Amino acid sequence: MINRDLYIHSWDLRQDVLDIVMAGGGGHIGGDMSLLFPLMLLYEKHMRVSPETAKDPNRDRFVLSKGHSMEAYYAVLADCGFLDLQDIKARFNQLGSPYIGHPHNVLPGIEMNSGSLGHGLPVSVGMALAGKMDRRDYRVYTILGDGELAEGSVWEAAMAASQYGLDNLCAVVDRNRLQISGTTEDVMHQDSLEDRWAAFGWNVVSVDGNNLDALDAAFEIAKTTKDRPTVILSNSTKGYGSPVMENKAGWHHKVPTAEEYEAIKADFAKGKEAAIHAQ
Amino acid sequence: MPNKIPNRQAICETLMAHAKTDRDIVVLCSDSRGSASMTPFFNAYPEQSVEVGIAEQDLIGIAAGLASCGKKPFAFSPASFVSTRSYEQCKVDVAYSNTNVKIVGISGGVSYGALGMSHHSAQDIAAMSAIPNMRVYLPSDRHQTKHLIEALLQDTQGAYIRVGRNPVEDIYTEENCPFEMDKATVLREGGDVLLVACGEMVRPALDAAGLLAEKGIQATVLDMYCVKPLDTQTLLRYAEKCKAVVSVEEHAPTGGLGSMVAQAVSEHCPRRVKCLSLPDAPVVTGTSAQVFEYYHLTPTGIAASAEALL
Repeated sequence: MINRDLYIHSWDLRQDVLDIVMAGGGGHIGGDMSLLFPLMLLYEKHMRVSPETAKDPNRDRFVLSKGHSMEAYYAVLADCGFLDLQDIKARFNQLGSPYIGHPHNVLPGIEMNSGSLGHGLPVSVGMALAGKMDRRDYRVYTILGDGELAEGSVWEAAMAASQYGLDNLCAVVDRNRLQISGTTEDVMHQDSLEDRWAAFGWNVVSVDGNNLDALDAAFEIAKTTKDRPTVILSNSTKGYGSPVMENKAGWHHKVPTAEEYEAIKADFAKGKEAAIHAQ
Repeated sequence: MPNKIPNRQAICETLMAHAKTDRDIVVLCSDSRGSASMTPFFNAYPEQSVEVGIAEQDLIGIAAGLASCGKKPFAFSPASFVSTRSYEQCKVDVAYSNTNVKIVGISGGVSYGALGMSHHSAQDIAAMSAIPNMRVYLPSDRHQTKHLIEALLQDTQGAYIRVGRNPVEDIYTEENCPFEMDKATVLREGGDVLLVACGEMVRPALDAAGLLAEKGIQATVLDMYCVKPLDTQTLLRYAEKCKAVVSVEEHAPTGGLGSMVAQAVSEHCPRRVKCLSLPDAPVVTGTSAQVFEYYHLTPTGIAASAEALL
């Protein structure tokens, strides 16, 4: 495994997410778990941004279009030094807190607010266009949920991104196949996403979203693809990391009971232990 | 000779004058460059122009992304579409994310005349004003429009600007156009009645004051181009001196200039306030001039309403 250390560390971040959700008494833990791998890879490996360069015009940009996966974003931003994990846990969802359930760009490292779905891709197109206009070599990344793809504004932006040949733009679709009311295919059918994005002129890379190395390779493909944007279809598992939550739509925004917390925590510890001993 | 330059053209000329030296100015259109009078800009500055197609949500989202990277986007689309179809993008991507997007609603109010309610923006002032961190401007003529755009180029906060489709008679001249950002312009002073208007309604309000004067009624006329933030200081200063207040706007009766004027006046110096506006209904079919006539949004109609209050 190429990204072995990152994989081992991912279990610590899953625990951080769980603790943030418990501390704030809310959150969207199922989606947090399914997009953690691409989010980690971006911030810990691929993106050219740090707390020191958070205002640098040449920094890479990230927009969490799937804004409700905020607890995962908090965990990653804290891990990269943008935010303080203890402060997040102490104040998440509390009266007057800056740590709310969606991206809040008064906080360091967060570019744009979201929450309502279908906003991140148009905004990312604007950022990528600005990069082209200014001949800067920064890249723009955004992560969308698969349920989010029912928003028409996503496809308006998908058209514009290919029209303008935005090869500095990479979108990730967290394809966990579940949304709050059930499976994406029952709620609003979207297979084949590969065909749909390709029809809009995008370079499509479909990978196992529970595999760090596969996602890592996909981000490399995106970087070297010219004249068109890349979408990574990250075929993931909602609630990944603990059988308590995995593939259960009810865990879209469930807060674990004390008993469930202990079971999930034990699963994460087990996962980390196995990762350490894996080759 | 009547003015033939609509306010939208004044915006284009002002932006073109600055775009040469300020390469961060970007104009975005949603298949609306002709309606927006922005074709000359697109031709002169193709690298600072973005066409998004008929996609108003995308228009504002892209503009917000550009702004977050230091650009100064002006996003043009018919007021009826950009104020409602893109409303959430205006709220989240512009106001809430605090991006420097200037949203220009063209062909505002009933400019599109007989095209019907889908093309009328009689709710845009209410909608945009209700968003925290969103400013709302309705300039009255081409000279004021130029000053407003120049002021907006200097700041870094989002705003909504509504202009009409047709040329409007000048209120000011090139040499004499007093303008202070977020301050109403006092066009005429009189102690009987206060007329407060914005956008295309400033001209008939000013003419109404002339008609009233012929009857011995002295009116103050405020050009309240800054609907939000409303210049309450000037409003209240003159409201206190007058016996009654009349607001005039090309907008639905709820949530627009009249509502804001009445709110401020009733709280701080109660006077009778008459709010003249379009009805809470699809407007009658006709050109914008016919529509104004039908609803008495004319010098005669405004003067009659003012007189009836006294």
